[in-house]
Amino acid sequence: MTRFHEYLSEHFETIFRWFTILCAGTVLLIMAGMFINLAWNARLAIGEFGLGFLWSDAWDPALNEYGAFSSIYGTLVSTLIAMAIAVPMSVVIALFLVELAHPTVSKVVGSAIELLAAIPSIIYGMWGLFVFAPIMAETVQPFLQETLGLEKVPGLGRLFTGAPMGIGMLTAGLILALMILPFISAVMRDVFAMVPPVVKESAYGMGSTTWEVTHKVTLRYGIQGIIGACFLGLGRALGETMAVTFVIGNAHRISPSLYDAGNSIASTLANEFAEASEPIYLHSLIYLGLVLLVMTFFIQLAAQWWVARLKKSMGAGL
Amino acid sequence: MKKADNARRRETLDIAMRVVSGAASLIGIFFLGWILWTVARQGLAAFNIDFFTELPAPPGVEGGGLANAIAGTAIITLLATLMGVPLGLFTGVYLSEFGKSTRFGGMVRFTMNITMGVPSIIVGLFVYTLLVLPFKHFSAYAGAVALAIIMLPVVARTTEDMLNLVPNALRESALAIGMPRWRMIIAILFRAARSGLLTGILLAVARVSGETAPLLFTAMSSPYWMKGLAEPTANLTVTIFNYAMSPFDDWKQLAWGASLFIMATVLGVNILARTLLRERTK
Repeated sequence: MTRFHEYLSEHFETIFRWFTILCAGTVLLIMAGMFINLAWNARLAIGEFGLGFLWSDAWDPALNEYGAFSSIYGTLVSTLIAMAIAVPMSVVIALFLVELAHPTVSKVVGSAIELLAAIPSIIYGMWGLFVFAPIMAETVQPFLQETLGLEKVPGLGRLFTGAPMGIGMLTAGLILALMILPFISAVMRDVFAMVPPVVKESAYGMGSTTWEVTHKVTLRYGIQGIIGACFLGLGRALGETMAVTFVIGNAHRISPSLYDAGNSIASTLANEFAEASEPIYLHSLIYLGLVLLVMTFFIQLAAQWWVARLKKSMGAGL
Repeated sequence: MKKADNARRRETLDIAMRVVSGAASLIGIFFLGWILWTVARQGLAAFNIDFFTELPAPPGVEGGGLANAIAGTAIITLLATLMGVPLGLFTGVYLSEFGKSTRFGGMVRFTMNITMGVPSIIVGLFVYTLLVLPFKHFSAYAGAVALAIIMLPVVARTTEDMLNLVPNALRESALAIGMPRWRMIIAILFRAARSGLLTGILLAVARVSGETAPLLFTAMSSPYWMKGLAEPTANLTVTIFNYAMSPFDDWKQLAWGASLFIMATVLGVNILARTLLRERTK
């Protein structure tokens, strides 16, 4: 045996240990690298526009004027629509799976919803563009506008003005809702399944109906978990790219109407990256990416903090 | 009388809520069925021998397929797996066996959870600044690195969870007969947690093989066969994006075919992974 082999066999324990530490360290390097690399490669735009980038609505590649406001606005509005629809529906679906459905039904529906969560987002995009958007344009949007008369409601009506094109903020929000729905439902189901049976049984013992048990016991018990699941869904919705890019319309515009085309940070990146020939254009796009990274970072931070608190108060097991 | 009314009201509310929650679940299933059906119908129409064997044809020319994109996706995913799985596996080993309650371990676990929530397009952007800008060309390896970064935390987390499920008695008996720790981990723990680890890896592979956003700025796309790892590489998902947005009907048809191919693969691997896990828990 050479001396190297001897050394190796003698110290392999330490070497192995350091190898695993090294692997674990790459996670930290990647996270730090993301912030450093994006900030460095956005330096021209950061220097030129500063923090004003965040609330400037200019976006003119010809004049090299860039601002993030329309993209941030679109990201927030589409996420808001998605959350407003997906969260209540997920609560109800999770309750159905845990409390109301027959175990066999719950298993089948549960796995179907998990599969829905596994479908790649580009498939949602394709389906949204070719199947869902035409239906929105021909049926749903005119129905909301005329049959329900939402256009004429003072104030609220401004959300539903304009030509029903099928592509725009509302459609993007709906597709996004469909995408995060299975994800949030799956997390909430796990939260509800953790409610100790003895608590529910005592409520049943006092003569409560199933709905009263879910509403007064399971929901109260799981409220913190529900909020945690919402944070996770929110993080997903903010950064979703393909499902949104196909249907949002990709216009740098801030319009009160949900029927109008808009854009989100992720869709702007996906669409315009190939066109960015000037350094300042490229740096502005990377700056936009940095804004999204910071947004999701803080949401994840809040979610982590919340889950850690939850673990403490409910004991291990989540 | 009042009591009876009250009971009826409670019962009605109970039934109403059952109906609402059942309906919401049905809506979810309905959309799943609708998407599967559309993609299957449109995609099957695009499937023929050419789809799997030919290069894409220019718009308007009959025939053509996506053989280069299928090969590209397979190679990029394989490369990503080769990088992401070992890194993730040993990160998981560190978290569960060496750094369980150390400060560094806590930091890694925390960062890992945050990395899991970073949008995939940002990972693509990061790898673009790391491997594309300095070398001035898009490449298959850049795409693979982006996918590996997405895989790493997923694999690490399932590894940690699965190793935590292995009873301590197994560890203790291995160490008691004088086995070094590294051997105990590889020969005993990995074997005990085999199907769980495999499930985690399969789910991670399934997840990245359907990713589009991280490949847009890294592997990009190409109409040709790949000649090396250091050049733009055709892949299914970016091809779907480009073709679906094009004005040509035969390209859209190919995009549907590619969608069906990707969806069938991802769902297939998912179902396989879940059956594996179910067998284990039985």
